[in-house]
Amino acid sequence: MTKHALSTRLWHWLNVICVVTLFMSGLTISNAHRYLYWGDWGFSPSMAWYAVPRFPNWMTIPGRYNLAVARDWHILMAWPFAVGLLFMWVAMLANRHFQRDITTTRDEWRPKAIWKDIVEHLKLNFEHAGGKYNFLQKLAYGTVLGVFLPMMIFTGISISPGMEPSFGWLVDLLGGRQSARSLHFIFAWLLFAFFVVHLVLVLLSGPIGQIRSMITGGKTHEA
Amino acid sequence: MKRRGFIAGLGALWVAGCNKVADSETGSKLLSAAQDWHQGAHRLLNNREALAPEYPRSAISPTFRGNGSTDPQNGDYPRHAAEGFANWQLEVRGLVETPMTYSLENIRKLPQRTQVTRHDCVEGWSAIGEWTGPQLSLLLDAAKLKPEAKFIVFRCADDYKGLRYYESIDLIDAYHPQTILAHQLNGEPLPIKNGAPYRMRIERQLGYKHAKYVTAIEAVASLEGIGDGKGGYWEDRSGYQWYGGI
Repeated sequence: MTKHALSTRLWHWLNVICVVTLFMSGLTISNAHRYLYWGDWGFSPSMAWYAVPRFPNWMTIPGRYNLAVARDWHILMAWPFAVGLLFMWVAMLANRHFQRDITTTRDEWRPKAIWKDIVEHLKLNFEHAGGKYNFLQKLAYGTVLGVFLPMMIFTGISISPGMEPSFGWLVDLLGGRQSARSLHFIFAWLLFAFFVVHLVLVLLSGPIGQIRSMITGGKTHEA
Repeated sequence: MKRRGFIAGLGALWVAGCNKVADSETGSKLLSAAQDWHQGAHRLLNNREALAPEYPRSAISPTFRGNGSTDPQNGDYPRHAAEGFANWQLEVRGLVETPMTYSLENIRKLPQRTQVTRHDCVEGWSAIGEWTGPQLSLLLDAAKLKPEAKFIVFRCADDYKGLRYYESIDLIDAYHPQTILAHQLNGEPLPIKNGAPYRMRIERQLGYKHAKYVTAIEAVASLEGIGDGKGGYWEDRSGYQWYGGI
């Protein structure tokens, strides 16, 4: 395991706070209208492609149904989340963390290599690659940093009626306002799935050491 | 069950932490400051006059959902509804040189704007309708705003859950070309559930800003002393953001 850069560690914990608060206040917003639609409009259960279950109070911010307070939290945390992600991308490109540790090589995409990586994961052996991260890790981090997190911002902007006069093309690209809203919910749950897998893998691969290295940076091992 | 209890505990802990922050003075200031940052960013990134999307007539949704008050029963409203709003009067008043009173007939004779736009409710649903009415700027210019005027307040006829509905916007949105006093929906007189005889269309903000059953348009220097001073029914009642563009 090589050292985590200070920028990575700072962003990681800031992002945990933002994402968890955004997710939990988002569940309150979901409770406000539990139906998802495609296209530009939709307002009744008969038009919905999915009826979202109601989330209990312990999962939501605030701990009771209050759309105004949930929106306040969501709107507040959107700022450190978006600015933090931009900061992380700039830092990651500047310190070459992205090129060095996260971009994959053509060799890694060979079915045989991917299969081997999956098997090693199933054997709970996570230290089998030459680099900092193994292929599945690179794929997961690259997808989260490059697709899931930016999509939360783009779909979020698209739901905002005040932004649409200048970002109408973005709303069109996403298939309309209600499609953008559906995608906002879908990507939120994809991030939740990543969060669960990420936590499980931290627990399986020595949680104390992993958490410590994400706080202090960790040790550098010479290969 | 045990693991679920653990996750629920973590959730509750996070919720409690957020409540604590929200209850603190700095925390609550920060939460309400965030809407100003968004409004600032929206104003920075959008031209003041940039238009909300307008759709072809084929995009109009099959029905237009009514929300909040859908059939006011208080005061004179039921009588006016029975008369087809023939004696309904709209006042333009407050910080203006020439206060005005309009009948529905006067309003229909003014130059009209027709726009097919999308209505986005704060709860998350959307509907598309074709709205017709004079631009608010026309009414404000006819009455001549005094220089002290900073906000436009919409007074409404409906008591919703025992409180009189009202709303307010700043002059940038008041003078936006798509801000109209709509008296028609889809080419027909506005239905009662959608705000007959008039409702505001503030196209770059959420639905609760689009006041229905409008009786007066009032220019003011400050929102203090109106309702609870937060600028609108839902703002006072439930703490919704005054800026509804987010």
